[in-house]
Amino acid sequence: MTNIEKYKNAFVEALEVNIDFVEGLKYQAIPEWDSVGHMTLVATIEEAFDIMMDTDDIIDFSSYEKGKEILEANYGVQF
Amino acid sequence: MECNFKTPIWDFKKYESNIAVRDESGCVLTYRQLDEECRKLADAVGSRCLVVSLCENSIGSLMGYVGFLSHHIVPVMLSSQLEQELLAKLLNIYCPTYLWAPTRYKDVYKSARCAYQAYDYILLKLDYAKEYMLHNDLGLLLTTSGSTGSPKFVRQSYGNILDNARSIAEYLDLNEEERPITTLPMNYTYGLSIINSHLLVGATILITNKALVQKEFWKFFREAGATSFGGVPYTYEMLDKMRFLGMDLPSLLTMTQAGGKLTPELHEKFARYAQENGKRFVVMYGQCEATARMGYLPPEKAVEKKGSMGIAIPGGTFHLVDGEGKGITEPFTTGELVYEGKNVTLGYAECGEDLMKGDERHGILQTGDMAQFDTDGYYYIIGRKKRFLKIYGNRVNLDEVERLIKAKFEMEVASGGVDDHLYLFVTVESMKDAVKRYTAEKTGLNPAAFHAVAIKEIPKNDAGKIQYRELEKYYDR
Repeated sequence: MTNIEKYKNAFVEALEVNIDFVEGLKYQAIPEWDSVGHMTLVATIEEAFDIMMDTDDIIDFSSYEKGKEILEANYGVQF
Repeated sequence: MECNFKTPIWDFKKYESNIAVRDESGCVLTYRQLDEECRKLADAVGSRCLVVSLCENSIGSLMGYVGFLSHHIVPVMLSSQLEQELLAKLLNIYCPTYLWAPTRYKDVYKSARCAYQAYDYILLKLDYAKEYMLHNDLGLLLTTSGSTGSPKFVRQSYGNILDNARSIAEYLDLNEEERPITTLPMNYTYGLSIINSHLLVGATILITNKALVQKEFWKFFREAGATSFGGVPYTYEMLDKMRFLGMDLPSLLTMTQAGGKLTPELHEKFARYAQENGKRFVVMYGQCEATARMGYLPPEKAVEKKGSMGIAIPGGTFHLVDGEGKGITEPFTTGELVYEGKNVTLGYAECGEDLMKGDERHGILQTGDMAQFDTDGYYYIIGRKKRFLKIYGNRVNLDEVERLIKAKFEMEVASGGVDDHLYLFVTVESMKDAVKRYTAEKTGLNPAAFHAVAIKEIPKNDAGKIQYRELEKYYDR
């Protein structure tokens, strides 16, 4: 599985959204992505990429795109 | 019946130049300005009547609440997120004179006349033919369960609110230097009690709709120098996962916890962190039926007495009664917790006619919570009176089952069911069997009594409390 597939799957799994809708998704845009969903999403991504995210990154992770940026910049994940 | 109209809850004159509220956009109101804004709103309302207030954590919402309460207009505190149909149902039952709501509600209630507007909130005049009589002592109405839209409200008096706010300010040693930041809804008794007690001492409420998982929340927290926040158990679980204990928050002095029992592990973790970092972690206990707070664990005992909710608040007393209603004197004996104090509310309202009712409890509340006390007189909540099942004739406490599983698997769980069938709800499909096996093993009961169900999410209300009623649809026996 490529990194982008892993990343998209984390959204699908944690927020139960259709894979076609993950791009452009933002915090609180859907009921599933509330604070509870957020923590599930973070845990799913951490597991998928075997990383531990910093608090600053967890709270900065406000959208699908922002999350990608954070993973690339701070955790060496290449998309 | 004594009428409390002449005793104002807050003395805004005393702190008139202090900042009463600040929001994340930088908008501030001093106590003098808040007082003036409240008067203008009260003038627009006219006279004592019922107002449904749709709350969020914003200045407009706060101003409405404070204005209504200090001018003896009775607010019904509901969430601004309440589903429209449920709201309409409640309005029809209670026939309020006005609705105080975020400006967007103008489009929902198009025919209603807008009587006043301030800070992104509007006062809408509703046209019910009927208006229910309000008992003189009635100060405000709160729901017991938040988002379910139940028409059962708790009737709180002016005396209740003042007494509880005073007591909280005393045991938390609050002063005008405090800057609590909002983390709980204003329509939730715990969130409201933070506002009530801090306005009493001239402190500054930092108000924001942003959540703990948002960067903007922490930016505001740091910029405004928040000194305290409150959280329900889930809040602390979330903070733990966010690695909150590694954050540098020099302004933070006090963390309070209520709204359910934290796992002893998390209780200890936060208590130790507080102890080692010159902060206070205060576990508290309460119910909407007692205005807000009934018990607190003094912060210096937080580590030593982990798992305890503490002692009765100033002005209140606790005792336990057994199944026959007799007082329990032996430590470590489970009984129903009974609280006595001036903050015990008047009673419930389930329809408009009930708003005329006076005090039905006379200062005594059977909490419905099962508790024990230790040899030092510290109380421990063991479970809720009605949250148990009989499995093959054995009494099984559902809260205990949840704690058991949580402690073992470190994951979310909810339990429910009917006699002989205990349902375990988890959010991880792959853990179903292990959870079921473990529970059966721990309770020593036949595994056939347990049904593990994996669901997408454990349903919780705005305040993070598990909504067990919503799980009943999964029972298939």
